[in-house]
Amino acid sequence: MRIKVYGVAAVFIAGVFLAVSHFSVSAQSRTETYAIRNARIVTVTGAVIENGTVVISAGKITAVGAGVAVPSGARIIDASGMSVYPGMIDSGTEIGLTEIGSVAGSVDTGEIGENNANIHVDVAIHPDSSHVAVTRVNGITTALTAPRGGEISGQSALINLDGWTPREMVLKSRVAMHINWPGAQGRGFEFAFAQQQRSVTEVRREQDRRIEALKKIFNDAKAYADAKDARAKDPSLPKQDMDLKLDALVPVVRGQIPIVVNVNTERDIKRVIQFTDELKLKLIIAGGVEAYKVADQLKAKNIPVLVGPLYRMPNNEDDPYDSAYANAGMLFKAGVKIAFQTSSSAESRDLPYQAGMASAFGLPKEEALKAVTIYPAEIFGVADKIGSIEVGKVANLIVTDGDPLEIRTQIKHLFINGHEVPLSSRHTELYERFKARP
Amino acid sequence: MKRINAIVISLVLAALSASAVAQNATRESVNSASSPAPVETLIQNATVLTASHGTIQNGSVLIRDGKIAAVGKNIKPRDANARVIDATGKYVIPGIIDCHSHTAVEGNVNEGTLSVTAMVRIRDVLNPYDVDIYRQLAGGVTTVNILHGSANAIGGQNAVVKLKQGKAVDQWLIPDAPQGIKFALGENPKQSNFQVPGRPRRYPATRMGVEETIRESFIRAKEYQHEWEEFQSKKDPNAVPPRRDLLLEALVEVLQGKRFIHSHCYRDDEILMLLNLGDELGFHVQTLQHVLEGYKVANEIAAHKTGASTFADSWAYKLEAYDAIPYNTALMTQRGVVVSVNSDSDERARRLYLDAAKGIKYGGMTEEEALRTITLNPAKQLGIDHRTGSIDVGKDADLVIFSQHPFSVYTVPEMTFIEGEIYFDRKADIERRESLKKEKQELIKREREQRTGPPSRRDDKKDEPALRPSEEGEGDGGGVR
Repeated sequence: MRIKVYGVAAVFIAGVFLAVSHFSVSAQSRTETYAIRNARIVTVTGAVIENGTVVISAGKITAVGAGVAVPSGARIIDASGMSVYPGMIDSGTEIGLTEIGSVAGSVDTGEIGENNANIHVDVAIHPDSSHVAVTRVNGITTALTAPRGGEISGQSALINLDGWTPREMVLKSRVAMHINWPGAQGRGFEFAFAQQQRSVTEVRREQDRRIEALKKIFNDAKAYADAKDARAKDPSLPKQDMDLKLDALVPVVRGQIPIVVNVNTERDIKRVIQFTDELKLKLIIAGGVEAYKVADQLKAKNIPVLVGPLYRMPNNEDDPYDSAYANAGMLFKAGVKIAFQTSSSAESRDLPYQAGMASAFGLPKEEALKAVTIYPAEIFGVADKIGSIEVGKVANLIVTDGDPLEIRTQIKHLFINGHEVPLSSRHTELYERFKARP
Repeated sequence: MKRINAIVISLVLAALSASAVAQNATRESVNSASSPAPVETLIQNATVLTASHGTIQNGSVLIRDGKIAAVGKNIKPRDANARVIDATGKYVIPGIIDCHSHTAVEGNVNEGTLSVTAMVRIRDVLNPYDVDIYRQLAGGVTTVNILHGSANAIGGQNAVVKLKQGKAVDQWLIPDAPQGIKFALGENPKQSNFQVPGRPRRYPATRMGVEETIRESFIRAKEYQHEWEEFQSKKDPNAVPPRRDLLLEALVEVLQGKRFIHSHCYRDDEILMLLNLGDELGFHVQTLQHVLEGYKVANEIAAHKTGASTFADSWAYKLEAYDAIPYNTALMTQRGVVVSVNSDSDERARRLYLDAAKGIKYGGMTEEEALRTITLNPAKQLGIDHRTGSIDVGKDADLVIFSQHPFSVYTVPEMTFIEGEIYFDRKADIERRESLKKEKQELIKREREQRTGPPSRRDDKKDEPALRPSEEGEGDGGGVR
């Protein structure tokens, strides 16, 4: 039953996305044909095939099954004793936007100003960033890269972690509008400093003021969108001044692009839900450390949660010690759709281990795997392209010697866009070089 | 010290911690003290990973008087009333030792006003009510090396403690653990990633200046040592003793080999600088902390018999961490360095068992080598391996029981013992949750009823507890020190 509900939701979300987004078609020519044979195939959406073949051609999965013929000329990979999984998806990263945290010149994660609705990350992804290869060699083939600054941070992109140009990497751009919820705690140490001078009431009043300001922006965008529509119907109406920020919010207030809101406390999550209900926006929660406390409401309203990073403490001193780990399992039990995010670039390679840890604390293993494969694909409206091993999907695959969520498992082969990508990175190169030091 | 070590941040933390004092009463009820140990405890039918002599399938560990009395197969307790814990299907490992921690430090971890502060002591500012203590026990951590931050080329004196929550903090200190001191090299002591508003830049501001700062300090310490030796050799009852200098005294102890240097460092050049300076001036570096480029100079580190305590796979958070590779642990081990994997964060400390497993993935360490990076090796680095760090007869009964292999992502630490006493029991923790929830509601209710302020501001949101400023945090509070 639960699967069915998800399915319906996914089709709905996917439909909405398809209506508004532009998929980029890879400019690379992918002429290679591969046949991965004798493999245990974990399709994620269908049954596990104990001994089968996956055929990849021109960037796509063209055949999957036990009795599949190997096309002539295919490069054959004997995967005896190995397993094939779909490449994993990190639902929230900064990959391509940052290189070295402390070096300002290498960091492009957050723009100045509170409203940057019009910026979009797809123009600033650095394809040759060392983080790209470091992440993918651990089996993560796709990442949502999101901007971080201000309150309305801008628009994210789903990128495949291989390509010569940003355009080759981008699977889908303008995936969502990202928002940092103006929480009672505020953001950063500057605010923490200021907060010490003020009473709880003052802090809350400030939060209310900021939420009202945010609401006004969305209402302005609605009015802007209405005016735009009206003029489209009636060109005799006066010409409307272009406002790039409001213009970028039109698909958001029309419910065509979701908002991803970074929010963690129970109180703030409730306020975000109220806020988006009132403005009729499509909501995805990100972070959501206390989302389990609001699980029923999230389920009732079909709001997905991008859980993570798991590597954090509980919000409150009296929360159970394991609440940050157990959150995902409790959300699953309540029927909330989840995916995992690391919220990082350097730590994105730990995505499978974070999902695995959530499983240790209550999320069924299969669900943990889905939450790094098919669920994010569904949440971001690309389930027809990635997230499982099915004919017609983009060939983002990993061949492993075991469960990809386990730390000790090694990735043996990696395919992105149907191309076999070498398992090297800045880290393996330094390793090889210094291992050879006399 | 990992991320930004800004004094400004420390000041914020100091300010925040003031508000935390008021909450100690609640903490005590949540984190009940350990249960008193019976005379004997037998953990049986477990897979015992000893960290010193391999794995015992279907094994038992017998605890008596806080010590490991027996380990092996078919062990029977002497006492008929012994507590017997059936650990069928479960794994037992030595208590986890975190060789780089800032936990339970009340207020600022940096005395950042000077570049050399060898006189200040962590043991004077331990806060036994820190909620993170329990959270770390729940991750199997039993012993921590609490260090100052890395703001200073020569920081303060460390404290090696066991997390004996509920006991007086004096009892946390391991009495026979060698004393230590924090040093720091590179970006943090030269303060290149931040500036303290309203304060002029501080010397040193380069790696050259860091070297000179340490050199000068030891030259002064040698002179001080000489003054005392001269005074003592005179045996003249009328001689005036030299004036005591607590800063130099600590450095003299380093020169005498009585105090361990634990030095924060990243780059290969600064690592060699400190090792060479030690050769020249006659001090030993006990451990290099972080040591993310240690793999480049592992031969030299091994030759100096210096330990390395590193992160499993953190990188790229600053320039000097850009050449960090997750193979560091394995590469240094292969070259003969005693390597530990540390947390530098209360949050990371809770999952060190998984960080240790990364040494197997990245660089092919054996299972026991990897386990030693969080048990026996940090014990050696801290000079406490005679009493903890492995499951051997005669050692302290510091143990953790895991639901599955400790290197599996699906494992859960279930019980943590320090010297035979249970400090964490997951089953009991879960059972306690409902009653704690009820107790909280009761307390909120009582607080509301007793509140004398204008009622209008409180009554509109009946279902919510009063907001405490330090509570609704976005950060984990553990990773920024």
